[in-house]
Amino acid sequence: MAAHLSSGRVNLTALREAGRRELREFLDKCAGSKAIVWDEYLTGPFGLIAQYSLLKEHEVEKMFTLKPGRLPQADVKNVIFFVRPRLELMDIIADNVLREDRGRSPQRDFHILFVPRRSLLCEQWLKEQGVLGSFIHREQYSLDLIPFDGDLLSMEAESAFKECYLESDQTSLYHAAKGLMTLQALYGTIPQIFGKGECARHVANMMIRMKREFPGSQNSIFPVFDTLLLLDRNVDLLTPLATQLTYEGLIDEIYGIQNTYVKLPPEKFAPKKQGEGGKDLPTEPKKLQLNSAEELYAEIRDKNFNAVGSVLSKKAKIISAAFEERHHAKTVGEIKQFVSQLPHMQAARSSLANHTSIAELIKDITTSEDFFDNLTVEQEFMSGIDTDKVNNYIEDCIAQKHPLIKILRLVCLQSVCNSGLKQKVLDHYKREILQTYGYEHLLTLNNLEKAGLLKPQTSGRNNYPTIRKTLRLWMDDVNEQNPNDISYVYSGYAPLSVRLAQLLARPGWRSIEEVLKMLPGPHFEERQQVPTGLQKKRQHGENRVTLVFFLGGVTYAEIAALRFLSQMEDGGTEYVIATTKLINGTSWIKSLMEKLEPAPF
Amino acid sequence: MSRARADEEEYWHSSKFRAFTFDDEEDELSQLKESKRAVNSLRDIVDDDDDDLERVSWSGEPVGSISWSIKETASSSTGSLDGRDSGLQRGSSSCAALPKQASSYSLSSLFKGRNKLPSFQSLSDALSDTGVKNYAPELRRPKAEYKDYSNDWSPRDTVRRMQRGKVCSLERFRSLQDKLVLLDEAVAGHDGNVITALTHLCISLSPVEILFRELEVRQVALCHLIHFLKEAGEQKFLLDLLRFLDRTEEVALSQYREHLNIQDVEKRREFLKGCIGLPFSAEDTSHIQDHYTLLERQIIIEANDRHLESSGQSEIFRKYPRKASILNMPLVTTLFYSCFYHYTEAEGTFSSPSNLKKTFKIPDKQYVLTALAARAKLRAWDDVDALFTTKNWLGYTKKKAPIGFHRVVEILQRNNAPVQVLQEYVRLVEDVETRLNLATKYKCHDVVIETYRDLKDRIQLMAYKCKVERGSADEEKINSILNNVVRNAH
Repeated sequence: MAAHLSSGRVNLTALREAGRRELREFLDKCAGSKAIVWDEYLTGPFGLIAQYSLLKEHEVEKMFTLKPGRLPQADVKNVIFFVRPRLELMDIIADNVLREDRGRSPQRDFHILFVPRRSLLCEQWLKEQGVLGSFIHREQYSLDLIPFDGDLLSMEAESAFKECYLESDQTSLYHAAKGLMTLQALYGTIPQIFGKGECARHVANMMIRMKREFPGSQNSIFPVFDTLLLLDRNVDLLTPLATQLTYEGLIDEIYGIQNTYVKLPPEKFAPKKQGEGGKDLPTEPKKLQLNSAEELYAEIRDKNFNAVGSVLSKKAKIISAAFEERHHAKTVGEIKQFVSQLPHMQAARSSLANHTSIAELIKDITTSEDFFDNLTVEQEFMSGIDTDKVNNYIEDCIAQKHPLIKILRLVCLQSVCNSGLKQKVLDHYKREILQTYGYEHLLTLNNLEKAGLLKPQTSGRNNYPTIRKTLRLWMDDVNEQNPNDISYVYSGYAPLSVRLAQLLARPGWRSIEEVLKMLPGPHFEERQQVPTGLQKKRQHGENRVTLVFFLGGVTYAEIAALRFLSQMEDGGTEYVIATTKLINGTSWIKSLMEKLEPAPF
Repeated sequence: MSRARADEEEYWHSSKFRAFTFDDEEDELSQLKESKRAVNSLRDIVDDDDDDLERVSWSGEPVGSISWSIKETASSSTGSLDGRDSGLQRGSSSCAALPKQASSYSLSSLFKGRNKLPSFQSLSDALSDTGVKNYAPELRRPKAEYKDYSNDWSPRDTVRRMQRGKVCSLERFRSLQDKLVLLDEAVAGHDGNVITALTHLCISLSPVEILFRELEVRQVALCHLIHFLKEAGEQKFLLDLLRFLDRTEEVALSQYREHLNIQDVEKRREFLKGCIGLPFSAEDTSHIQDHYTLLERQIIIEANDRHLESSGQSEIFRKYPRKASILNMPLVTTLFYSCFYHYTEAEGTFSSPSNLKKTFKIPDKQYVLTALAARAKLRAWDDVDALFTTKNWLGYTKKKAPIGFHRVVEILQRNNAPVQVLQEYVRLVEDVETRLNLATKYKCHDVVIETYRDLKDRIQLMAYKCKVERGSADEEKINSILNNVVRNAH
């Protein structure tokens, strides 16, 4: 069931297994039958660790979502709250506990499992409510890094970027460092640490400190990772703002992928069975899991969307041919052979059907005039054209009241590609946005400015062209079908973050010192001692393994670019990716927007 | 769009940019169709077994996943529950029930015993009990942890134990100085949970000014506290702190943010008035001023129009009842509203479009766009015409559009303007290529025909003949032009 986690260079099943073991241990502490009350946000991430069957084996009989009022009348011995340490959730829990029928017998025992950390404040708050004593076990479950795929880990900390760069609250970095310590406990000490950015420096410091404070953590595991690369999201603010053009990236841009699941409009997935013509179309969205466990998806997810159609049609031919085989099956043996292959063929067929439908849905959007116009402007900005004046398309979009997030993405992109906007241009955009969308968005604009996404050009100098040229961020001759460079993921733009990773592996950062100085935050290198017995003797031709940790979020297109580098024949490096959160431009900007009360009508 | 369509076309063909289209060499749409066809044809062969194959409920959730199971087990326990509780069963919709607003905890309630010892101890109470265990894959723990409960942990050990959620007593750390030592340890350990908790511990015991001064030199702790105060909606405390720190612009923004929590419009207006004097940047000050003025206007307009509407005297309100109140709407929406309901009013009235334009210095372009959209929606074509008509001093009239006539056409078209009206503006599009495109797209035959005539493009004209209705006036017109040209040629 979790086979996709072990398909990569590093077997991440071990991490998942460790998580499951801890979960089982906790459940067994609360002896007897149990009901779990879930903070709904957690069900997605937990689903990647365990299925209901595991909980059931440990006497979890009922599960509910956390909400105010009386708890349902489940006849269990234990009620366990699985929650994030948030004060507003503590309120609900207190309400639940206070409304519990004291007269009922037998009494139910209460417990809390905080994810990922116990919070002193939350416990204090429960105490003020007079319910702290009702809990027998109050513990924490350090779900720091969750395995999403064979080469992908995420903390799913939604507000990490905002907290780090806007509020200077570095709690999420502490958790990142914790997660890295856990990884090292399982996969050995990582001998080399590189980093770029303030947060990267911070995490590296914490790791070194934690190692010092846990002298026992000197483990005897053979190091799996050769290198850790810590990258601040604010070193590359540009990439997430651009529209991702890989298959997976576009699915995320358009429909949003949550914990490897996507919800799609049901129309295209209507089962077309004969004799059921009058059947109603399903109205509930179609939910699909997307990961490398699905062979076809693994093959197409990182391709530029323009290259997906031909793969799908090729697959269709192969599958058709395979089914045709049945006519040639004459002998019992041949028929048996055919039948034995049927399940696999059916899985392939249904997978193909799903992705053909998704590709059609996406294509409706990518062929629209507006998508084209939007992309044109993005590409102009990224290649350095007309970044210093008010853009007509953006103005038009404001006039037509396109979604505010779309406007903000474009304006921020222009600002980043121009190392800040001329004051006059910035003021003009601000005025138009406030007048059209409401003055209260002043707060959001201020947040974006604070995060460095939207700012006046202060130095009077635009560094972006230099950075673009040195790092070859814009490639004119991009090949979408058979790419030879990472720039295919944005049809021309090579993500800065991944370029840094690529250049680090070969020829090393020394070659780009000047540009590194132009990017925010320090760059550094640290070494961690590995006992001689555990030092790697590399076989000839064996690839190095680098863990790239994006602090503040990573996009699917960047992941695709790193996977592309992993697969390069003479690349010499394979990448595993970790992040605080999987993001796209929209979800990212949204996390920085001031939460406004809904309009009163 | 300033670049004319023709330029754009050329730009694209000559440019190095790759457009994101499907139709390069092979038509990918047909490829998709092909795979779709293949998939469909295969259905008949394998359909019956389909359901056994994927054990997935319709929503796609694999049977047995956690979120699926919440719904399952919840519904199986419905039984004897009363109606109120049955809301619980709809697992997926429940998140709407969680309060979204910032919580209303007051610090004083969080730390009731401020300036008294008990609350101080209560924090350690919270810590000092029950089987605490860190559920993380095993890291070997330092020796210190295996020691039994002890009262004399050093500040460093105390903080480390707190980081690990371990039992520890804070009773020893009585004075502010003691606690600041703890805080510094926590900051060095970077654990936000502990930093925030200890910052609070300090709050609970010391006079605010002294604490502020100590925090000022502890930026990390300060940031954590400010973040917490924001999250918890502790506005007063936050403002006091920011004021002390002299972060004037942040004070201003924080204070301004509060208007969002005021539902009553009169109170909101008063509040915004108070915001005008706050130390914003110059640019922002003018926005805040505008925000206030706008709401003030909206209140006047709203009162007036509600009366007009309910009295039933005004035709426009009878014909087009208002869908919502104009209160708290953005400026451009207000301008649209005013162009819709109050277009002909004199500049002197607050609700007139020209007054809004003047008060808020709305640029011509934006004004024309909005007025055009509003008048087109009402199908007031004369007003549309007047918008673009200018008279020079000799009394000649001229058509001019600050937004370009191609935009005018688009907006009119979106409002279902009849061809006769559209045509008039398509004709005014200067760029020939764009004009032809628009005219063809919106079937303004006259314009197409005239343009080809002026271009003397016989071939296109002939080709266009098949696009107009047979026997129509348009066809006749084409024929006559073609004949004319022929005659002239001879």
